[in-house]
Amino acid sequence: MSSIEQQAKGNKQGEVRYLTPLDIETKKEAKYCRFKKNGIKYIDYKDADFLMYLVNEQGKILPRRLTGTSLKYQRKVAQAIKRARHLALMPYVGDMLK
Amino acid sequence: MKYVCLSCVIYEKLCIFARLKINLIIMNHYETVFILNPVLSEGQIKEAVKKFEDYLVSKGAEMIHKEDWGLKKLAYPIQKKKSGFYHLFEYKVAGEVIAPFELEFRRDDSIMRYLTVKLDKHAAAWAEKRRVRVKSAKK
Repeated sequence: MSSIEQQAKGNKQGEVRYLTPLDIETKKEAKYCRFKKNGIKYIDYKDADFLMYLVNEQGKILPRRLTGTSLKYQRKVAQAIKRARHLALMPYVGDMLK
Repeated sequence: MKYVCLSCVIYEKLCIFARLKINLIIMNHYETVFILNPVLSEGQIKEAVKKFEDYLVSKGAEMIHKEDWGLKKLAYPIQKKKSGFYHLFEYKVAGEVIAPFELEFRRDDSIMRYLTVKLDKHAAAWAEKRRVRVKSAKK
C-alpha cells in the first residue's frame, strides 16, 4: 500500500485516487462476555456501582454490540438495571453520570 | 387368614398421600427491599420494620437475613424526598403469603418503594455469599 501522499497525487494517469487512506484500523482483540468469562451466574440489582459500567452517561443500558455481553446475560443485565432503577439505586434519566 | 379388599388398600394409601401433600407447603426463597420515609424518627422506623417482620413470621415465614442499609441518597426524588431508609429482608415463605404482604406495604404510608424478588438457585448462592461478606464486615 502506497503512502497517503502518493495516493492523493496519483502515480499514473487513470489510476484511482482516494480522498481518504485505505488503511482502516480495525480492532484486533475480540469482544467477550465478561459474565461468561468470569463465571458470574447472577447479576445483583443491589450492586449499583457495578451496574453503572453497563450504562451510558445518560443512564441508558449499553447495547450488546458495545459491551460484548452474551444474549443470555444481557437479558439479566437489563432486568437488574430496571430493578435498580425502581429502587432509586440508579437513575432513570441522568446527565454526566461518568 | 385375613382377606383385604385391594381397592380399599389403595384408597387408604391415597388418603395418606393426600394428607401428606396438604402438610407439605412449598417454601420459596424471597428477598424484599423497601424504602422507608426519611421523615420518620428512629423509633418509628424500628417499629415499622418490626411490624413487617412480625407479619411474615406470623404467616409461617422463616427469616434468613435482615439488613439495614441506613439512610441512603435516592437517585431521583420519590414523593419529593431525596433520601430514604433502605431495609432488606431475606426469608423463606409459601408463595400465597407474598400478595397480602405486598398489600401491607401499599397500605403503609411510611413505605415509599418496595421490591420483592424470588431467588433462584444462582441468586440464592449469591445471597449467601453476600450474607457472609456482610457479617464479616460487621465484625
